[in-house]
Amino acid sequence: MEKKSKPTVRLLWELFFTLFKIGLFTFGGGYAMIALFENEFVSKKKWMDHDEFLNMVAIAESTPGPIAINSATYIGYKQAGVLGSALCTLGVALPSFIIIYIISLFFDAFLAISWVASAFRGIQACVVFLIFNAGVKMLKKIKRPLDVAVMIATILCVVLFSVFAIKFSTIFYILIGALVGLTTYFIGLLKKNDKEESAK
Amino acid sequence: MIYLELFLTFFKIGLFTIGGGYAMIPLVREEALNFGLTESEIMNFIAVSESTPGPIAVNMATFVGSSQGGILGSAVATLGVVLPSFIIILLISALLKNLLKYAGVNAALSGVRPVVAGLILATSITMFLSVVLGLGTIADGVSFDWRAAVILGMVWATSFGYKKWKKKAVSPILLIVTSGVLGVVFYELLK
Repeated sequence: MEKKSKPTVRLLWELFFTLFKIGLFTFGGGYAMIALFENEFVSKKKWMDHDEFLNMVAIAESTPGPIAINSATYIGYKQAGVLGSALCTLGVALPSFIIIYIISLFFDAFLAISWVASAFRGIQACVVFLIFNAGVKMLKKIKRPLDVAVMIATILCVVLFSVFAIKFSTIFYILIGALVGLTTYFIGLLKKNDKEESAK
Repeated sequence: MIYLELFLTFFKIGLFTIGGGYAMIPLVREEALNFGLTESEIMNFIAVSESTPGPIAVNMATFVGSSQGGILGSAVATLGVVLPSFIIILLISALLKNLLKYAGVNAALSGVRPVVAGLILATSITMFLSVVLGLGTIADGVSFDWRAAVILGMVWATSFGYKKWKKKAVSPILLIVTSGVLGVVFYELLK
């Protein structure tokens, strides 16, 4: 699928425009975008087959950063190299940027209207629910007892530190998580080795 | 230098967000609080980011950037949040095609996942404490807002009922609009 020849201007424009369109019409972030990506990349444009699409989603989900940006960079690179990936990333981010920037100019004035401020107080309760819901969705994928313990410990630490105004960077939690993952993996390896040794 | 600070902050956020949109909310919230934004401003930004098109991460970066440094601020924040993804995906596509097949990488990722779930749930709990109990830190004391509690209950009931009735999840935008209407009813009309 990789194209080695120099990408045409037409392909570059098509990449940019397709991603711009996806960025403009997807509400609700990354996961909502995946369905649109599949429709455009696999069904319509035939830029990749279904297996490669699943591979792309797996990479996009497990590498840092927004899933939409990861997927855009990936498809752009596959189709037209570094320039293609830059244009795709720009394309998918640009609609958001323009729309949010314009909103941000008027947002404070908008919130100064009494009933708008009231509406947003209601909406804040909804945001609590939306974030809780997203957390619960991730929670359902957690199976191992150790992972459940790590998750509960994270929740307790974050909430207590926040209430008692103790600063502890979110990044540290993520690094500790990676460390726990690696440690359990290596302990698993050692145990396996021991068993093999004693079997001999 | 606010622009450099915005760029580096959002670069860091982009680099440590694993698992997409919602996974970045705890990181953005923390940094936005450091920039002097309030919890309720952050929640407004999240609501707007949810109900406008595009990746939540880009929306949040543009929003926070604009509040701190105008158009240039929003541009550098957005560039910052996008750049780590861009670099990492290019590296994987060009050089490290089998990165995800290394057992060590998978082991680290599997350790990060429960932490991210915990961070997101904890964020919703601290936001709940702030919205419903008016509790930011222990120094604030507690002031119960029954209206927020009722709206939260009604949003939950809407989501739950919709799922039972239509057999699919309700769109966040519908919930946001519903809660906005409830906000007007409870905070404006039933004052």
